[in-house]
Amino acid sequence: MDLKQIFENVIEGQAPEVEAGVKAALAAGMEAGTILNDALIAAMDEVGRRFEDGDFFVPEMLISARAMQAGLSLLKPYLTATDVKASGKIAIGTVKGDLHDIGKNLVAMMLEGAGFEIIDLGVDVAPEAFVDAVHEGANLIGMSALLTTTMSNMGATIQALKAAGLRDKVKVMIGGAPVTEEFAKSIGADAFAPDASSATRIARQLVA
Amino acid sequence: METKLSLKEKTVIIGPNHPFVMIGERINPTRRKKLASSMAEGDFNMVQEDARAQVAAGAQVLDINAGIPGADEPALLRGAAQAVMGVVDIPLCFDSANPDALAAALAIYPGQALINSTTAEEKMMDTVLPLAKQYGAAVIGVITDDKGVPPTPQERLKVAEKLLKRAGDYGVPPENIIIDPLALTVSADHMQARITLDSISLIQKELGVNMNLGASNVSFGLPDRKIINVAYLALAISRGLTIAITDPTVPEIQTTILACDLLMGRDAYSMRWIKAFRAREKAKAETA
Repeated sequence: MDLKQIFENVIEGQAPEVEAGVKAALAAGMEAGTILNDALIAAMDEVGRRFEDGDFFVPEMLISARAMQAGLSLLKPYLTATDVKASGKIAIGTVKGDLHDIGKNLVAMMLEGAGFEIIDLGVDVAPEAFVDAVHEGANLIGMSALLTTTMSNMGATIQALKAAGLRDKVKVMIGGAPVTEEFAKSIGADAFAPDASSATRIARQLVA
Repeated sequence: METKLSLKEKTVIIGPNHPFVMIGERINPTRRKKLASSMAEGDFNMVQEDARAQVAAGAQVLDINAGIPGADEPALLRGAAQAVMGVVDIPLCFDSANPDALAAALAIYPGQALINSTTAEEKMMDTVLPLAKQYGAAVIGVITDDKGVPPTPQERLKVAEKLLKRAGDYGVPPENIIIDPLALTVSADHMQARITLDSISLIQKELGVNMNLGASNVSFGLPDRKIINVAYLALAISRGLTIAITDPTVPEIQTTILACDLLMGRDAYSMRWIKAFRAREKAKAETA
């Protein structure tokens, strides 16, 4: 079982095949870090590209992400700090008052697929919870809002970060249906990501 | 149960023995840059155009959302309502989570409006239901509560019951509550539409209230969304859905709803269906 096969199986969302492939590759003495970067992460990059081009749809992204996670959990015990390009640690959640989490979950899975460490704060996340996550080492915050009525709470989180003296220690990326580039600028966020795939690309740029 | 909405002398009745009611959803600046920037400047020309087009397409109620970040929502919602009432004569649905905006619009509204919406969260109910009572408005009650989205039809029924009970406590009768059993997207979880359809059946059987869906949510993230949306509407209507927030200017939605009314026995002698057919033929001939 070679890396190309694992790569293909992630794209096709075949979790059992990905697991088998990862086991075989480990048994053949392949480095866990190589499997992670050249098969799993590379495949999720490709999935993201196809999604952005309109060739892939949400369920396909989800099933690929699940296959990737199956492989990743087998690799984790073998991964050392040097194996993994420390992409960053992102605390992600929907803002206070907002329960819409599909977009947030997709972004989290795509970022995990891109090698980020994820602190998933869930839905209806208060500004203080984001602040706590930065205390725990998050260097990136991802906030999602699907309602015009809740998006103002994104600004509240940024204010809370400022009040805690943490604003320069963390990058803030936001997204969701009503969110725009101008809105991101107006509340002092570092970036706006229109979808899950561009979120991955933008997150990499932010922590580079 | 029948819910009555009105604007001056014009009345719309929502109920299982009346034609299905479309709430036109297009007056909403979310994701519509041009509309948002014109509304923010107090220019309601586009709003009025959207109102006319939706009424021409068969909308019986118009939703108005004026949620533009950083703008004065009470003034905008009231302004947009006045502008719309200047050009069309059907009942309005005020779409805001800001109680001041709702109050500003309701205060100048001559008739029985629809409020979009409250949830079953304590704070929301205690804010929105008194407004409904004060202005005699009907309210869309979305069945999420402080614990989030109830996962099963049985739990959604319980939340609907809680909403009706609290409405009663505030003096709002059950016919003025339109339950929204939540259209969640199937792309993230393929059982979600089924759970909603089963919730509609259960709530219809147990409570008999009118029900609304924001139906187009269901197809998010999938190709050929229109087909999914109209199939979902048809299935939901057969289970007891009586009103939906949708885009009436989409021809497939218009025709699907007319066909559903016909098949549900709400179009005597197929007259509305035939009339709509002739209108389509005429429009085709004019553009040819």
